[in-house]
Amino acid sequence: MVKGTVRVQLKDGVLDPQGQTIQRALLQMGYDWVQGVRTGRMFEIEMEATDEAAAKNRLREISEKLLANPVIESFQVEVRS
Amino acid sequence: MRFGVVTFPGSNCDYDAYAALKRVLCAPVEFLWHTDADLKDVDCVILPGGFSFGDYLRPGAIARFSPVMRSVIKFAETGGLVWGICNGFQVLLEAGLLPGAMVRNETLRFACQWVRLRVDSNRTPFTRGCRPGQILRMPIAHADGNYYADDETLMNLETSGQVVFRYVNAAGLPDEKSNPNGSRRSIAGITNREGNVLGMMPHPERAVEKILGSDDGLMLFQSLLGTAATGVDTPLRKRLVSDRGA
Repeated sequence: MVKGTVRVQLKDGVLDPQGQTIQRALLQMGYDWVQGVRTGRMFEIEMEATDEAAAKNRLREISEKLLANPVIESFQVEVRS
Repeated sequence: MRFGVVTFPGSNCDYDAYAALKRVLCAPVEFLWHTDADLKDVDCVILPGGFSFGDYLRPGAIARFSPVMRSVIKFAETGGLVWGICNGFQVLLEAGLLPGAMVRNETLRFACQWVRLRVDSNRTPFTRGCRPGQILRMPIAHADGNYYADDETLMNLETSGQVVFRYVNAAGLPDEKSNPNGSRRSIAGITNREGNVLGMMPHPERAVEKILGSDDGLMLFQSLLGTAATGVDTPLRKRLVSDRGA
């Protein structure tokens, strides 16, 4: 079995009101070194695949179809066995 | 015209849409179940408001792959009338039947309030009974109604007259204060290029009787039924007018 990870994030240029609110909270807490916060989502996927390249292809397919909305989100896939 | 109202797990405006059609407009209407690909030969499919599949992942993202949606997509592509309201609009965006996407309201709050909508296009089957620029009052109730599309998509929507509704102030103008969710260009509703698919965040089915606060939503149903004031004077319209006058 292979473990895949998909990270989904709002694309640059798409407003992230949650990230902005978190950033404001951090600044209020005194963490004045915070310069920007973008939120995202991570999926851990237990899967079958013959090799790493095949696993990544499978992850990319489900990311494009379901896990991410390509209009507003980008994604990155990682695989470990 | 026969209507079908789709019920997904988590839909909660399906009965409102059904009641508006059946009880107020006396129009033929059926429920369509999400696992059933049969659209029962209806002329207009309504994807109602609610929280299909708990809004898990993204609003509409899971519902979009329901068996009924495979039929709805085919139906829309062959010119069938499809009307997504609130969560239904989100489903249409996820399904790619309408361009763009919804993101979380700018305020991060669930917006539950009355809004003014300006009809920016009456060249659709859903709004042909309205005057261009007419203001309609309807409620909204959503957390993810912040319409996003890139600049090029927005320009295409504007130039081809696909922006049907905008949030506006009392003077009929869009501004920051009257935009409840941060939508780009104050967009509240759009159609596809062909005009047979409409998505809108406000709830016309909750504004069909004066006692509800507004009956402006009737305009849209009546446009479809051909019974709006500027439409054909059918027996149904006569009955409606006399009912409402009584």
